[in-house]
Amino acid sequence: MSTHESAVQAAHAHGAPQGFIRKWVFSLDHKVIGLQYYFLALVAVFVGMFLSLLMRIHLIWPTVALPLLGDIKPETYLTLVTMHGTIMVFFVLTTAPQGGFGNYFLPIQIGAPDMAFPVLNMLSFWTTLVGFIVMIAAFFVAGGAPLHGWTGYAPLSAVQSTGPGEGLGADLWIISIAIFCIGALMGALNFITTTLDMRAKGMTMMRMPLTVWAWFVTAILGLLAFGVLLSAGILLLMDRNLGTSFYVPLITVNGQLTGHKGGSPLLWQHLFWFFGHPEVYIAILPAMGLASQLLSVFSRKPIFGYKAMVYAILGIGFLGFMVWGHHMFMSGMSPYTAFAFSIMTMGIGVPSAIKTFNWLGTIWGGRIRFDSPMLFAIGFVSLFVSGGISGPFLAQPVLDIQLHDTYFVPGHFHLIMGVASIFGIFAATYYWFPKMFGRMMNESLARWHFWFSFIGTYAIFMPMHYLGMAGMPRRYSQMTEVGYLLDLIPLQKFITYAAFITIAGQLIFLVNLFWSMFKGKKAVDNPWEATTLEWTTATPPPHDNFGGHTPVVHNGPYEYGVPGAPRDYVMQTDPEIEPAH
Amino acid sequence: MASFSTTATVTDPRVALGDDGILPPALAGGSGDRPDSGLPDYATRLRRARLGLLVALTPVLMLFVSFTSAYVVRQGLPSLDPRTATLVRDWIPVTLPKLLLINTGVLVLSSVFMELARRQIRGEAVFASADSIPGVPPASESRIPWLPMTLVLGIIFLFGQWMAWRQLAASGFYVATTPSSSFVYLLTGTHAVHLLGGVLALLGAGVASLLGLSLTRRSIVVDVTAWYWHFMAGLWVYILCLLEFAS
Amino acid sequence: MGLVLLAVIWLITFISTYFFIAKTWWLPVGASAAAAGIDHHFTTTFILMGIVFVAAQVALGYLVWSFRDRGNPAKVSYSHGNTTLEIVWTVLTTILFVGLNLTSSSIWASERFRPAAADSVQVEVTGMQFAWYFRYPGPDGKFGATNPELEDASAGGEAALGLDTKDPASKDDVVSGVMVVPVNREIEVILRAHDVIHSFFIPQMRFKQDAVPGLAIHMHFTPIQTGEYEILCAELCGLGHYKMHGIVRVVTPEEFDKWLAAREAEKL
Repeated sequence: MSTHESAVQAAHAHGAPQGFIRKWVFSLDHKVIGLQYYFLALVAVFVGMFLSLLMRIHLIWPTVALPLLGDIKPETYLTLVTMHGTIMVFFVLTTAPQGGFGNYFLPIQIGAPDMAFPVLNMLSFWTTLVGFIVMIAAFFVAGGAPLHGWTGYAPLSAVQSTGPGEGLGADLWIISIAIFCIGALMGALNFITTTLDMRAKGMTMMRMPLTVWAWFVTAILGLLAFGVLLSAGILLLMDRNLGTSFYVPLITVNGQLTGHKGGSPLLWQHLFWFFGHPEVYIAILPAMGLASQLLSVFSRKPIFGYKAMVYAILGIGFLGFMVWGHHMFMSGMSPYTAFAFSIMTMGIGVPSAIKTFNWLGTIWGGRIRFDSPMLFAIGFVSLFVSGGISGPFLAQPVLDIQLHDTYFVPGHFHLIMGVASIFGIFAATYYWFPKMFGRMMNESLARWHFWFSFIGTYAIFMPMHYLGMAGMPRRYSQMTEVGYLLDLIPLQKFITYAAFITIAGQLIFLVNLFWSMFKGKKAVDNPWEATTLEWTTATPPPHDNFGGHTPVVHNGPYEYGVPGAPRDYVMQTDPEIEPAH
Repeated sequence: MASFSTTATVTDPRVALGDDGILPPALAGGSGDRPDSGLPDYATRLRRARLGLLVALTPVLMLFVSFTSAYVVRQGLPSLDPRTATLVRDWIPVTLPKLLLINTGVLVLSSVFMELARRQIRGEAVFASADSIPGVPPASESRIPWLPMTLVLGIIFLFGQWMAWRQLAASGFYVATTPSSSFVYLLTGTHAVHLLGGVLALLGAGVASLLGLSLTRRSIVVDVTAWYWHFMAGLWVYILCLLEFAS
Repeated sequence: MGLVLLAVIWLITFISTYFFIAKTWWLPVGASAAAAGIDHHFTTTFILMGIVFVAAQVALGYLVWSFRDRGNPAKVSYSHGNTTLEIVWTVLTTILFVGLNLTSSSIWASERFRPAAADSVQVEVTGMQFAWYFRYPGPDGKFGATNPELEDASAGGEAALGLDTKDPASKDDVVSGVMVVPVNREIEVILRAHDVIHSFFIPQMRFKQDAVPGLAIHMHFTPIQTGEYEILCAELCGLGHYKMHGIVRVVTPEEFDKWLAAREAEKL
């Protein structure tokens, strides 16, 4: 490279961008992009929660007209179900932990000045945002948003005449997801390349914080899974609009032949769940990595079994691709195949259990500080255990006969995805807020938020297991048509009231978040006395993260309570400690 | 903002900014690939771009693996004929237009040209860094325009694919005619979209060359596009074999 | 704060466990031959998983209280882990999870691996938006042909199924909106769907199977208690999913024969 060229590039790279558009809109800085993802997820989660509130109201008061929206028809209820699930899974759980916090902190935690491909990073956010806009647009087109559930089973989703919303709304839904796939793949590309190629000197793979391991493996899962979802969506669009018959056999809808024949509804399920199962691990792994981080920081001792935790993350990622059939035990799939999938599914419970043991082992013998990040980390462990324990019920086909497509299933996955993973997002917010905004969040409000959320979400989702045992099916817009369901309405009312209170509690978080950005107490560079690289740099970090130089790493990420050390934590960049054990 | 101190000690976390604090950062730390401009050098950027491409090809591969599995399953799948309540198979193989063989030849040749273009520009980039060394003359590189020739062949391939689709339609096989024809259009169409991406990348590199933009950046773009191009050529051969022989 | 966390975690654990043990909202009483085995396995799973659940939550609550920072400069137990412990609990967990599943495999095999007995009562169950229809093959033991072009859901019964009356085997087919079966006989169910995926769910029979268009899925169950039981659709099928339900009446063999004969007679 000529000296002229290198000088031009030097000026470009070292200078932070000027101007509002370059700095905050089309920024190439992974920190700004992380914040953009985070705020997109924040909007999405409130949209998703609002949709679920409407669902809960309609379920127990099906004939009541709501202000502004009026009567909620059965198809509208199903639209709420579909869009709630889709928006939450994609635009919240796959966006905030990975696109939000991962983008912001992965480069810093490995000592890099940015992601490997900043332009691609910017494009990945804007692609995701366009995907969100297309998804919301589905509400406003003729026929409205689709009613086929976030799982979009064919032929319900593959033929336009099967119900209201299955016209243009369903097409927009598929296109939105396809756009999301592209954005997610771009992001995964960056995460993987950055982790492999841009670690600072001394930052070996086995010195990376578990948050980085989690983001890294999550990106690999996304890399392998989103392409398959994209392929499924392309086939679905073709069936819907070009008359092909990938998924649609010879059927009649409303007595009319549709012109399709020979397709297989099960093909959609296989392709969708091959993506869908890794997707749920994409939703939970970053929160697991963060829980490990926070339990260590706030117990002032190393994570128990770092290597085992790494293997567990890798094991969960790998096995996550081998269990998709457990969503299909009742689908008409061969019972022998079902048996094989069920054994693999019980197997994937093992690394999750190992992680739980190690979290308990981390707390044991520690000196716990109950700052708000730690409250949410402890809450995460409790919720993860609760949600995880219902897994082995569903994993056994014999029991799944009774529980499949009942409320037992949303009880299970909400505790894990809809709460534990969300607790990971809250914990990350309270933990990293000082570094991102230079101020502390209000600890009092944080505690109120914690208690509302912890007790409230248990009150909402634990009873769903009872409903499932009693035979309450999923996706019923009202319970008035079947005798024994009428007896379950009181329990549903309890859940709805709990939901009101819990959602109200989230407003405390919102107030705390925005108020603290402007009025919170000023933060020092390392308020939690933590050891990882983001706490060695300024608050907020400068444009290139480390103010012109690259850190050199000498220690692992969890050196707390080292015997003989002058204070109870040793930064990763401090001189190397002698191995003590 | 944390300040840098030459006497950083462990007891003061706010200034524990790494290494032993004695040497200025540019000479002391870093992953070894940072000259004093603070930027990664050409070798690092090339390695990083190639790693990025390898990662990016994985989902492309998964897309076609997924289509392949749908193809195999659909071929053998019996479906219920409601009239007789029996399971019937409805797979009718498609006769592929001979034009596809010619297109294959075009694509393979373009891959050869692409490789020559890649080596050509890499040679230019390496020798360009020697410009500043007095007394070393630049090597006389071949001036054959491999890159534009690749681009032309790529466009011919895409045009040829479009002609092949028209031939298919003329013989009665549209997208929804039979499941086999659906897959022909699906696989060849998706491949063509991806190849178009490669064509656009080459176009960009060509325009950048005409405008005299950074040689190292162009070299990396052409290198990465070349590997992508070879992958697309290999993928095409695979698709053709799948459609022709696994029928 | 540690004590409050302990109290809340323990309280939530004990309250939720109480409702499981008290069976306040529980499985409906089983009425099929398979129910006893399935319910027994439910109990086994609840006990084992319940022990793990309570132990983990109690431990979590206890640990966060016991190891709270008490302000005095006590040292933490600095440790990076214990490999022996990791191996032990990995092996034990694997044995528990996989072993639990394997113990249920014989029930799964008997329900799903073996086809219906040769002398089972055959009922074809067809789901469509938003009703279930049931067809009996009649004395000839054969189901007549159906033709999608002949379907007319508004006319109900045979027309809803698109029964092809020109087929001789159709002449004795009985179509009903209510499923009637004899007690203590194995019932072979042949599941079909006209439009989208539905799912045939009889909670008290511990029976569920998706009805998939393009497939005819053969399943079986044996009712052991007379009575009327709800059938619910358990796969999202459109706006009427919540009201797509039916009834299965389990009657004595004599009543079943009488009912079937009466329906046959109506056709003549």
